[in-house]
Amino acid sequence: MSRKPIFKVITANHLTLGDVIYLDPWGAWVRDLQSAQVFDSPERAQSRLEAAQNQTDVAVGVYLADVHFIDGAIQPAHFREAFRATGPSNYDHGKQQQANHV
Amino acid sequence: MYKYSDFDSDFVRERNTQFRAQVARRISGALSEDEFKPLRLMNGVYLQLHAYMLRVAIPYGTLNSAQMTTLAHIAERWDKGYGHFTTRQNIQFNWPSLSDIPDILDALASVDMHAIQTSGNTIRNVTADHFAGAAADEVADPRPYAEWIRQWSTDHPEFQFLPRKFKIAVTGSDNDRAVIRAHDIGLQLVEQAGKLGMRVIIGGGLGRTPMIGKVLEDFVPLSDLLAYLESVVSVWNLIGRRDNKYKARIKITVHEHGLDDIRARVAERFDQLRGQYQDAALQLLDQIKSHFAPPPYRSGSVTGFDRDYRANPVFQSWIDTNTVAHKNPEYAIVTISLKAHGQTPGDATAQQMRVIADVAKTLAHDEIRISHEQNVILPHVHKSDLFALWSALKSAGLATANIGLISDIIACPGMDYCALATARSIPVAQQIAQRFDALELERDIGPIKVKISGCINACGHHHVGHIGILGLDRAGVENYQITLGGDATETARVGDRTGPGFSADAILPAIERIIDTYLALRIDRDEPFITTYRRVGLAPFQAALYPQERGAHAAE
Ligand code: HEM
Ligand code: SF4
Repeated sequence: MSRKPIFKVITANHLTLGDVIYLDPWGAWVRDLQSAQVFDSPERAQSRLEAAQNQTDVAVGVYLADVHFIDGAIQPAHFREAFRATGPSNYDHGKQQQANHV
Repeated sequence: MYKYSDFDSDFVRERNTQFRAQVARRISGALSEDEFKPLRLMNGVYLQLHAYMLRVAIPYGTLNSAQMTTLAHIAERWDKGYGHFTTRQNIQFNWPSLSDIPDILDALASVDMHAIQTSGNTIRNVTADHFAGAAADEVADPRPYAEWIRQWSTDHPEFQFLPRKFKIAVTGSDNDRAVIRAHDIGLQLVEQAGKLGMRVIIGGGLGRTPMIGKVLEDFVPLSDLLAYLESVVSVWNLIGRRDNKYKARIKITVHEHGLDDIRARVAERFDQLRGQYQDAALQLLDQIKSHFAPPPYRSGSVTGFDRDYRANPVFQSWIDTNTVAHKNPEYAIVTISLKAHGQTPGDATAQQMRVIADVAKTLAHDEIRISHEQNVILPHVHKSDLFALWSALKSAGLATANIGLISDIIACPGMDYCALATARSIPVAQQIAQRFDALELERDIGPIKVKISGCINACGHHHVGHIGILGLDRAGVENYQITLGGDATETARVGDRTGPGFSADAILPAIERIIDTYLALRIDRDEPFITTYRRVGLAPFQAALYPQERGAHAAE
């Protein structure tokens, strides 16, 4: 089992596009995991979560996801979050597609 | 083919107008997500991992070319150029935006299609054999009976608050292609002394607690059928468990009370009910039958077909795997494979949908079906048209000759799309198909059913695969459990667990060891995998899968 410290990010799906979004340190929703605010305290994450859950004009299904922080990069702790952060494995669609086209 | 009545299309149009307003109110903030979610689910809109998903109904899996062309148009204009055909005989679009969905629904309505989902604890869509109305082995077309039952059960006042949802499947032949033994009620049309009736099977189902249905009655005359079905549902409605959602399906009721007890209760209820269904119900059936009339078959020489079959080995191999006997000997039933090696099972591009629409219209009486095995069927093709059909399909990448072989895999969307998944299924299917294609072993292995689900809900029917694969999440890592010897047909059976699961890297080698074991143990090439498995049992496969454990046991 991994003993890397676990941090939290706040994530959801976008109301109209349905794609994966993250809350950034300024309270805006962003599409890139690397721009997300990383919480080192579960209590602080929890208190921000409630405010985020009220932003129902943008975000659907807001929840806390576990991440690791390695060499300055945010890494999803669970493979489900890794897929959400990249896209499906059968086509170059989703976030990986957008990344390849920037 | 079955046509919507005017009432139905008005109803769909009204629902679309309502839903358009609901979407607008959700986007403006007037509706909360809690208020909106049940509304979108009723209209077939799900929120998946990366996007919304729209699930479009295909009643009896039957489409015409105009409908298929519209699906192609939707895929191109509002999605990413493809659609996914599922084991529920519907199509899913994986990438629509919420704001486009009302336009998509209007496009569907223009060809009498919709995404309205039957939901709640009611009797759900009745499904039928995908070769219905064409199969040489059927006693009669099961679809009119399926529609008859659907009309009877829809809005039946007694059945709006059942303990749980209830699914019925109907077949007209001994060879069960509708998985009737994995439904709450499975019905088989049978003939006795020249009269049609139904064999009634109850208590099947997959999911968390897989069970194979049992024969409740071998022959119920058609005139008694609705009263009999009502008795079954009514008995379950009374004694089915409502305390626990996982114990509410009729399979658990049958398991807990025993078949004989249920049969006695049904008989008692049937005595009270049989008088209530009389001529009106049978008249309705006759009326429905007229909507399922066979196409105007043509007659012509098939000697050209016989010549091409002998002359062209690639065509021959496609005919051998992808066609079956039609009730009209000049015709064939064609299955178009959506399982090209390495492709996602069940996916079709917009261009492929257009080619299918085009050949259906010009060569196949404009009738298209979707099978629960995620392939497309042209039920009525005159043999003299088969070569032209094959040539057209070939140029669209649709002539893969693998129906019933190891690459004809059922796979649910799994963790690549589905919000409920515990592991991926699509890449496992892709790897297996590509590996055995590269080894050129597919034809040598012969008929075999591989079925993969990405979680316990069992949308990929893994329990009834000859090889079943269930993707799980073990401490944050994908892990694949294997079952062997499952069977979805008239000899239905739930597969046997081999033992501990395999990691994503180890699942393909494990499947290869299973196949190697089969190839070594089969009597000859004519003994298919499932027959060998029934003969030799699980042990030799376990020995091949877990050699180290056998050593450990021996050392104990
Ligand atoms: C991707 C979105 C999907 C979701 C969220 C989903 C969800 C579910 C759930 C929760 C069940 C269990 C229902 C119950 O027993 O209460 C179920 C059953 C089922 N699903 Fe799916 N499913 C999805 C896609 C599919 C697809 C793509 C297929 C076909 C390939 C499929 C075929 C089935 C079938 C056949 C069953 C019935 C299994 C049985 O006999 O109990 N589903 N689905
Ligand atoms: S089996 Fe599970 S993962 Fe696969 S589609 Fe059904 S709910 Fe999703």
